[in-house]
Amino acid sequence: MEGTERNKTYVEDIDRSIYDIKDKVNASFLTEKGLNFGIVNTISLEKNDPKWMREFRQNALKVYNSLELPKWGPSLDGLDMNNIVTYIRPNTKMQASWDEVPEDIKNTFERLGIPEAERTSLAGVGAQYDSEVVYHNIKEEVKRLGVIYTDMESALREYEDMVKEHFMKLITPKAHKFAALHGAVWSGGSFVYVPPGVSVEIPLQSYFRLNAPGAGQFEHTLIIVDKGANLHFIEGCSAPKYNVANLHAGCVELYVGENARLRYSTIENWSKNMYNLNTKIASVEKGGAMEWVTGSFGSHVSYLFPSTILKGEYSKMEYTGITFAGGGQNLDTGLKVVHGAPHTSSHIDAKSISKDGGCCTFRSSINVESAAVHTKSSVSCESLMLDDNSRSDTIPVMDVRTDEVDMGHEAKIGRISDNAIFYLMSRGMDEMEAKAMIVNGFAEPIAKELPLEYAVEMNHLIQLEMEGSIG
Amino acid sequence: MLEVNNLQVYAEDKMILNNLNLSVNQGEVHVIMGPNGAGKSTLGYAIMGHPGYSIEEGSILFEGEDITQEKADVRAKKGIFLSFQNPEEVPGVTLENFLRSSRLALTGKPVKVFAYKKELYKAMETLNMDKDYASRYLNVGFSGGEKKKSEILQMLVLEPKLAILDETDSGLDVDSVKIVSKGVEAFKNKNNSLIIITHNTKILEYLPIDRVHILQSGRIVKSGDASLIEQINISGFRDFIPKIVH
Repeated sequence: MEGTERNKTYVEDIDRSIYDIKDKVNASFLTEKGLNFGIVNTISLEKNDPKWMREFRQNALKVYNSLELPKWGPSLDGLDMNNIVTYIRPNTKMQASWDEVPEDIKNTFERLGIPEAERTSLAGVGAQYDSEVVYHNIKEEVKRLGVIYTDMESALREYEDMVKEHFMKLITPKAHKFAALHGAVWSGGSFVYVPPGVSVEIPLQSYFRLNAPGAGQFEHTLIIVDKGANLHFIEGCSAPKYNVANLHAGCVELYVGENARLRYSTIENWSKNMYNLNTKIASVEKGGAMEWVTGSFGSHVSYLFPSTILKGEYSKMEYTGITFAGGGQNLDTGLKVVHGAPHTSSHIDAKSISKDGGCCTFRSSINVESAAVHTKSSVSCESLMLDDNSRSDTIPVMDVRTDEVDMGHEAKIGRISDNAIFYLMSRGMDEMEAKAMIVNGFAEPIAKELPLEYAVEMNHLIQLEMEGSIG
Repeated sequence: MLEVNNLQVYAEDKMILNNLNLSVNQGEVHVIMGPNGAGKSTLGYAIMGHPGYSIEEGSILFEGEDITQEKADVRAKKGIFLSFQNPEEVPGVTLENFLRSSRLALTGKPVKVFAYKKELYKAMETLNMDKDYASRYLNVGFSGGEKKKSEILQMLVLEPKLAILDETDSGLDVDSVKIVSKGVEAFKNKNNSLIIITHNTKILEYLPIDRVHILQSGRIVKSGDASLIEQINISGFRDFIPKIVH
């Protein structure tokens, strides 16, 4: 017995370190800490922005300075912009071959399994390290279909018109303070264009790794899925843990064309010193479908509410999400949907788990405009609290401006039943295994929507969290 | 195999069992009968180690080892199994994966997937269970009868040394009782033992009974051979109620 116990701890240590291994900061350029006009201009110069982008950044900074911090969510007191380095360029150019990526960075992504996943199950991969993308590649056969998948900087040069037409149009800097911050200092991220009628059969994946302490990551992801096209995009993120606050304020803008389908899957596993203030919006044309699959495990504080604007008739969205908050984590997640046209539908299935004093808040905002007759919306939210110190809140908001709707909302908050634990223990599992099995089972409907390797990772994360919580 | 000595068990602040003695040898089938509220299920829970039932006095020995203070998983690993009267539903965990994890936990050895599957399906066949049940979430949406079959299935696959069946036959129709009995028969061999807690004697028709105990007000008031069952069928528990002297 002793042996097995020790063995378990051993595995746990190894696995945590996958995320926690820190590379020596070896930047080729970094800005000073803080945020001001000079820093924003330096970033713009360094990145060789076109003029309109430089002006965009400068305007966004003005908006940033004019906006207040949000007061309705988890505290942001621990985040001091004066201590954040907003731009860190790794010591490499973007490569299309892993062999060209510097050893330490390559090893980090190897440990995260990215090149392996690329070989086995992805159509293309982008890998960002601190502020810049260090690797981007797409399979030849996908490229031949006319699919564009590249980093935002290249897109800004090579597809400037397309970028200009869509960049920060769904999320404007005025949306909130951190959208404005993003507009001012954004760097990195992926650009995807799928031409009409093209179905990308296997997913594209971008992975965002923040290595430097006290740094911010502000990648911009812009995806356009044209008429009748189909794409699954996966986003992964992680960072090693530091004692200083790190900041992630990315933006994701998704354009889903007529009868197109986009699935956007995220596994977010930031370290617990991270302020994750990410913004994501999708707009969906007639007959289009937007699917969000999201697992939020990491960060100290999260504000994350993917929004969907159902612009065209018969457009629809599905949201499947799970949030897991452990000690010291306050994760405010949820979604917003605007039903702007008739016969639109939204289906939301959200789960949250909190333990060791962790706090999960789930906010849903369903807005049905007067024109959106025959709208259907269903929200289901289930929370599991693993102990008495933890907290779980559900805050549903509905604004419905027509009578011809079919709306449903269901919320359940519960605890693990002692009888269920005893039942599993009577079959040989120890207390930790029994609890982990119940929690994994609770998360299963979400896990099965995730790409396989992420589902495995999620089960594994739950296992680790549970081991940490007992004894 | 099992020795229960002078057991006193409390649930919350209420004494449920007192001065209870029971001895089950290897290969034996014991039957526990008694009116509602006599403490039959409590006895099952206490032997399995439910933390909600505290043992205030007495001891439980299994194969000579004192397990009175052991947790349920340790008792399970030693070979004790309880078929629950109302098994819990565990959403998101398939019956098949659950049983595989359980076997891994019990034996500590990796489970060979194909051999395990074959064995699982064979046991399901014995119980007339559709194979689809293997991929359904554990007990979720199962009818009363299906839950009982799922318990017996677990017993067949996990092969405990001592199985306690807590009213496995209650709420079942005639055909289901037959099927469950068939499962119990398939399980029984000369090395393992059974304690069958029941209200009903149908499940017993197919099994060789070694001892019958009548549990009344938290203690065993009468033990005997299989003929006791016949007696109860005719006149109920009335004869065994301790006389109240006015």
